[in-house]
Amino acid sequence: MKEYVMGNGAIALGALKAGVNIACGYPGTPSSEIIETLAKRPHEGLHLEWSVNEKAALEVAAAAAYSGARALVTMKQVGLNVASDPLMSLAYVGVEGGMVIVSADDPGPISSQTEQDTRRFADFARIPVFDPASPEEAFEMIQDAFAYSEKYKTPVIFRPTTRVDHGYASVEASDTYVPKAYDGFQKDAGRFVIFPRLSYKNHGRMEERNVRIGEDFSSYKFNTVEGAASEKAVLASGISYMYAKEFLKDHPEVKLIRVATAYPLPESFLLKALDGVREVLCIEELSPYLEEQLLKLAGKHHLSVTVLGKLTSHVPAMGENSADGVAAILRDYLNISADPAVNDTTDLPELPVRPPVLCAGCPHRASFYAVKKAMAGEKTYYCGDIGCYTLGNSMPLDMVDTCLCMGAGVTMAQGFSHIDGDGKAFAFIGDSTFFASGITGVVNAVFNEADITICILDNSTTAMTGHQPHPGTGINLMGHDAGKISITKILEGIGLQKVVTVDPLDLDKAIATVKECAAIKGVKAIIFKSPCIAIEKSKKKCTVTESCINCKKCIRETGCPALTLADGKVVIDALLCTGCGLCRQVCPVNAIGGDEE
Amino acid sequence: MNKDILICGVGGQGTVLASGIIAASALAEGHIVHSAETIGMAQRGGPVTSHVRIGADAYSPLIPFGKADLILGFEPSEVVRNIRYLSKDGLAIVNTAAVKPVTASLSGSGYDGTEMTAYLSSHTRCILTDGDKECQKLGSAKFLNILLLGIAAGSGDLGLQKDTLVSVIEKRVPAKFLEANMQAFLNGFEIGKTKGE
Ligand code: SF4
Ligand code: SF4
Repeated sequence: MKEYVMGNGAIALGALKAGVNIACGYPGTPSSEIIETLAKRPHEGLHLEWSVNEKAALEVAAAAAYSGARALVTMKQVGLNVASDPLMSLAYVGVEGGMVIVSADDPGPISSQTEQDTRRFADFARIPVFDPASPEEAFEMIQDAFAYSEKYKTPVIFRPTTRVDHGYASVEASDTYVPKAYDGFQKDAGRFVIFPRLSYKNHGRMEERNVRIGEDFSSYKFNTVEGAASEKAVLASGISYMYAKEFLKDHPEVKLIRVATAYPLPESFLLKALDGVREVLCIEELSPYLEEQLLKLAGKHHLSVTVLGKLTSHVPAMGENSADGVAAILRDYLNISADPAVNDTTDLPELPVRPPVLCAGCPHRASFYAVKKAMAGEKTYYCGDIGCYTLGNSMPLDMVDTCLCMGAGVTMAQGFSHIDGDGKAFAFIGDSTFFASGITGVVNAVFNEADITICILDNSTTAMTGHQPHPGTGINLMGHDAGKISITKILEGIGLQKVVTVDPLDLDKAIATVKECAAIKGVKAIIFKSPCIAIEKSKKKCTVTESCINCKKCIRETGCPALTLADGKVVIDALLCTGCGLCRQVCPVNAIGGDEE
Repeated sequence: MNKDILICGVGGQGTVLASGIIAASALAEGHIVHSAETIGMAQRGGPVTSHVRIGADAYSPLIPFGKADLILGFEPSEVVRNIRYLSKDGLAIVNTAAVKPVTASLSGSGYDGTEMTAYLSSHTRCILTDGDKECQKLGSAKFLNILLLGIAAGSGDLGLQKDTLVSVIEKRVPAKFLEANMQAFLNGFEIGKTKGE
C-alpha cells in the first residue's frame, strides 16, 4: 500500500524491506527520523539503538555486518567525522553482510556546523556512495545500497541531503518485516584483524575493485540521461537534479545528465553521456565534487568539453541550491530571459529578523542567567557546545563565547584555564552531549589539573534533534529499562573537586551554587537539573500584575519570548508561558504573579 | 489538478499540522503529492515554511518563485518574507496578528505587523483576518491552524473538498479538542466564503 512519508521514513521503510537486522545511530538533524521511524514500525527481530555516539554506532554495526547480518548506521554529516576512525579502517577490512552508513548532508547549512560534503568522505575512504534525489528514490536506492554492499563486500555510504530527508512523498510500504537470515561470524584473523600487511594487500584490492564498481555503476538505473542530444548539457546530482529537471521540463532540447553514484565514478556512462557535448554545467551542492571528477575525466580522455560550475563561479560556492537559484543559473547558461511571472519585490517593507531562541520556559535560560549573575564583573570564558543551549549565545543572555563541535566545551574551557590563570573558565554541556563526547574531556581536565567549572544542563532528553532518549534517561529503543546512568556518579568516580545538583529555576540558590563552585580551584561540576518543557508539560502560567512599573527589566535580562509589549506595556503571552518563574524572580518589584494552574 | 501551496509562519505556530492535513486530503482525493518541511534550529521561534505541491508536474520539493497558487500565512511579516513565491493571481490568506520576535521586544522597535498587512492588501489578492481575535471566540489560540485551513477551504482556492478536509481533521486532531477545532474550521470556512468572493 502507498504511504505518504518523510524522506527519512522512506529510508527506514526501504531498509526494513531490505531485511535490515540491526540499526544504530546518533541523533542529528537532518537524519534523526530514520531510527525514529524504525522504532515506530513493526520490527520484531531487529536490534535498534540510539548509540552513545556515531563511532559507537558504526562499530556495533560493523560486528553485525562481519557476521553476515544487514546493518544500518545513521548520522548527520558531522557525525561521520566522529565515526571516521572506524570507518577508514573498516573500508580496508570490508564486510560480509550488507552495511549502509547513512550520512545526511546539510547544505545551507541549516542546522549544522559545516557544509562538508560526504561524497568526498566516500572518495577519501574509497567506498561507494549513493546520492538520492527524492524520498521515492531513497526508498529504492537504500535497498540497492544493501545489495551492492553485499555484492562487493564493502560498507557503502548513503548520502541524502536535508530536502530529501525532510521532503514527503508516497512510497510502497509494507508492514511485514522479514529479517534477513545470516550465518553468523566465521572466525578469520587474516580477514578481520587489521594489520599493516593486511592493509597493504587490501588497499590494492580496493582500488582494483573500485574500477569494477565504477563499471557496474555505469549501468545503474539512477544514472540517467534525459532530453535531446545537445552541445550544451547540464549535469546534476541529488536534489539539484530535481530543481534542474523542474526547469528543463519546458526545455527538452537540453541534455540533462544525472549522476547518483558520485564514487566510484561511472566513467563509461559519463563518456557516453558527454559524447557530442561541448559545454557542461555542473549543478551540485556543498562542493564541486562531480565538477572536479569531470575535469579529471576530460583530461584523462582528452575530451574537448568545457566544464562549468562552482569552480567557474557559475554556481555559488556555498549555501543551499533552490528551485529558483537553479532556474536562474540555467536561464543564464541557456540565454533564456527572466520569468515575468515573479512578483516585483523592490518595495518590500523592512522585515523583522527572527533568530531562533530558547523556548519560553526553557530551563537553560535560567541556568545561563544564574551563571551570568553569579559571575558579574569577573573575567570569564564561557565555552558552549552543541544542542539547544547553543542558543544561549543570543541577546540578551550572550553566554556563549565559543562553540566548536560536540564535546569541545569541556576541553576548550580547560585550554583557557591553562592559558589564563586569572579568568574563570566555564563549560556548558547538555546531558546527551555529555554522554556522547563529554566524559573523556572531563577525565582529561582532571588528569591535567584544569581549573574549570562544568555546567551540565541536564534536561533529561536530546532536545534539539527531537527529544531522543539517551543513557541518562533509562528506557532504550528496544523498549527496555536499562536503568538511568547517573551523571553524578560518573563525575564522582572521575574524582572532581565538587559535584552539585541544583534546580536552575530556583534562582537565588542557583546563583549561590555557581559562586561557591567558581571559588574552588580544580575541576567542579554543577548539574542544572530541570526537564525540557517539551518533556514535562506544565500548566502553570505567570501573569503581570497591577504593581508593574513597566521598567522592562524582565524582558531586557531574560529575553524570554513569552514576554512582549502590548501598547507599550509588558504582557506575558499565556500560550507560550510555562510558568517557569524566572521573570518573577528577576522583577525588582515583585510584579509578576503566577505559578497558577 | 496542479496546485502549489506555501504555508509560512513562526516556529511553534502549528504550521506542520496544517500542511499535513492539506497533503493527506489531497492524497485522499487521489492526487500525487509532495511536500517539504522546515525542521531543526528554526523550529525554535525562527521563520518556518511548508511547501505542499499537488499534481504530477512537480519534481522539486520546493515551489519555484511565482508559482504558489495559495499562501497560508500564520504571521503577516512571514507572508511578506515569502511573497515572491505567490503567483500573480494567487491568493494570500493572512493572520494579521503579529508575532513579535524577542529582538523587537528588546529594541522596542514597535513591529506590530500593520505595515505588513498594508503592503499585502495593496500588492496582492488576500484575505486578512485577525486570527487571535477569531481564536479568542473559541477560547484558545491553539486553533489558528485549523481556522486558517477553514478560510482556505471556504475561499475555494484550495481546490479540495470540504468533506475531505473535515474527515482528515477528524483523524488528525485529538478527540478532546475536536469539537473546538471543527468550530474553528467552520468559522474559517464562512470567512473564506464571504471574503473570497
Ligand atoms: S526544546 Fe527544550 S531544551 Fe530546547 S529550547 Fe525548547 S525548552 Fe529548551
Ligand atoms: S521586571 Fe517587573 S516591573 Fe519590570 S516590566 Fe517586568 S514585570 Fe514589570
